[in-house]
Amino acid sequence: MSEVEPLKPYSRAWLLSDRPTSRHQARIGRAYVVWRQFSENRLALLGLFIILGLIFIAIFANVLAPHNPVQGDLRNSRLLPPGSAGFLLGTDDQGRDILSRLLYGSRLTLFVVVLVAVIAAPVGLIVGTVSGYAGGWVDAILMRITDIFLAFPKLVLALALVAALGPGIENAVLAIAVTSWPPYARIARAETMTFRNSEFISAVKLMGASPFRIVLRHVMPLCMSSLIVRVTLDMAGIILTAAGLGFLGLGAQPPLPEWGAMIASGRRFILDQWWVAAMPGIAILIVSLGFNLLGDGLRDALDPKEAGQ
Amino acid sequence: MTLPDVTTVTRRNRRRAPSIVKGTLRFLITAATTFLGLLAVTFFIGRVVPIDPALAIVGDRAPAHVVERVREELGLNLPLYHQFWIYIKQALTGDFGTSVLTTNPVMTDIARVFPATIELATIGTLIGAVIGVPLGVLAAVKRGSIADQIVRIIGLIGYSVPIFWLGLLSLVVFYAKLRWVAYPGRIDIAYEYTFTSVTGFFLVDAIWQGEWEVVWDLFRHIILPGCLLGYFSLAYISRMTRSFMLTELSQEYVVAARAKGLSETRIIWFHALRNAAVPLITVIALSYAGLLEGSVLTETIFSWPGLGLYITNSLQNADMNAVLGGTLVIGMVFVAINLFSDLLYRTLDPRTRR
Repeated sequence: MSEVEPLKPYSRAWLLSDRPTSRHQARIGRAYVVWRQFSENRLALLGLFIILGLIFIAIFANVLAPHNPVQGDLRNSRLLPPGSAGFLLGTDDQGRDILSRLLYGSRLTLFVVVLVAVIAAPVGLIVGTVSGYAGGWVDAILMRITDIFLAFPKLVLALALVAALGPGIENAVLAIAVTSWPPYARIARAETMTFRNSEFISAVKLMGASPFRIVLRHVMPLCMSSLIVRVTLDMAGIILTAAGLGFLGLGAQPPLPEWGAMIASGRRFILDQWWVAAMPGIAILIVSLGFNLLGDGLRDALDPKEAGQ
Repeated sequence: MTLPDVTTVTRRNRRRAPSIVKGTLRFLITAATTFLGLLAVTFFIGRVVPIDPALAIVGDRAPAHVVERVREELGLNLPLYHQFWIYIKQALTGDFGTSVLTTNPVMTDIARVFPATIELATIGTLIGAVIGVPLGVLAAVKRGSIADQIVRIIGLIGYSVPIFWLGLLSLVVFYAKLRWVAYPGRIDIAYEYTFTSVTGFFLVDAIWQGEWEVVWDLFRHIILPGCLLGYFSLAYISRMTRSFMLTELSQEYVVAARAKGLSETRIIWFHALRNAAVPLITVIALSYAGLLEGSVLTETIFSWPGLGLYITNSLQNADMNAVLGGTLVIGMVFVAINLFSDLLYRTLDPRTRR
């Protein structure tokens, strides 16, 4: 057999090669294929752009914000309409610049979303993979518990939990996380079931791997892509639930610029000063739309079976 | 609100009952354990999560003997499993304790407010299904066209918009500015004392009694929150309809029907939609259950005297009995609708008959 001409690293052909020579090349090549699929979808790119923008704004909120988000000038700048000098989106009843509050509020939104994902996704992943791999009564019990949590509507269960824990943004995060993990467990379990009896698992088993190692090193990584898609798609729901809790006064407490709470505080002036409540709602809409678009795009790129639905 | 997506709905429905007896038995066991689980969760939230429920009732300045007495009255000095046993027994007799706010038994309160929520959710689902199904069919038939894109965007916004915010804005536009609809609430104050409702379902009663003026007033009150909830169920229903129709339209029987020379209209509405209708019923039932949840925020905005408003009002007053009772009822209705739609699916789909 003749020696194959080595491809130039990181060239297109190298990335798309169906015979990768190293694990590194295989990984980057796979990522490249996914990215090409993803970037063909213009709406998905828009979603990605929105989320990157959110992260950027959250990091540099203190640089970008023109005013102090928690302290306003009550004498001179109360309830100014959008477009007033120095206040692009107007001011609220405390004389605070709405734009600055929205910019700082992006930190809270990101905080909630990331924390919920970090808590709920691993819990769901562990429950689902263990349940799917172990089978039998472990599976039966774990899935019964999952079903019970699925039976509660998310917002209502979160409401009851926050009512018991006391209002506050940390408790809201905890409550939303408690209500978010069951679908992840379901997905991880379904994925695990599809390859539980496959050859590579038997091979690892024959090599003497413990069940713990199999689940951790071989089952969990394979569940990741569908889990990431689902978590991204859920982000919008998490943001809406958090905003709903904030609106009911159970989430972030004043004077924190949480978007849902901002809508609630603008509710009293909605007839005459509509912008106080309208602006934060637009921010929520844009961000959750971004997550939905991104999630849809990721699903189409990572999970071709479901594409087109 | 989060609802299961295409794969979970179809996967769930693919399960087949082995036989009637076994299926029914399984159904009953699932229902029983789920209800027991719901009780366990609300018990846990009400009794275990708060550091001291007795202190939560009397306040932290109460003298020690008062706290002790309340604790005894609540049965908090008993071991947890015993407390849970009492809780189950009480819940089975419909006793969820007394509401601190209204001083009525929680169950009486819920029975009073629940019809309002059902009425609203029903109107919402009707609007969602009547508009959502044709939109979904249109999007599937004209896949990739402008119409498909528009339906997709309508759905995406429905998934992304905060319901309470949209409610507030729609009140500003349609009530304050345009004066098309009535102010928040369920019925005009002028009719509140002259109109008596037997069942709690005002619309049904008013039509039954032939009080057309009242019907018109009720309609002006319900239309805005109804449309709002309808939009959310429309977003879900149209997306699912589109996906089911795409599956059906790629089936061979559609090709066969085309080859026979049937008109497209007939193929779409009589052949494909009929086959998509069975999973669609599940979807509509699920969206109905979802609206019960969506109603919590909507009722707050529209001062709609239903279960959602009851729960949020109780929350504001730290009335845990009422909150947990309401949560439990919503959870139970949720489970019941889920089980019912499963059952309906089994009876409607000829493939599951043996």
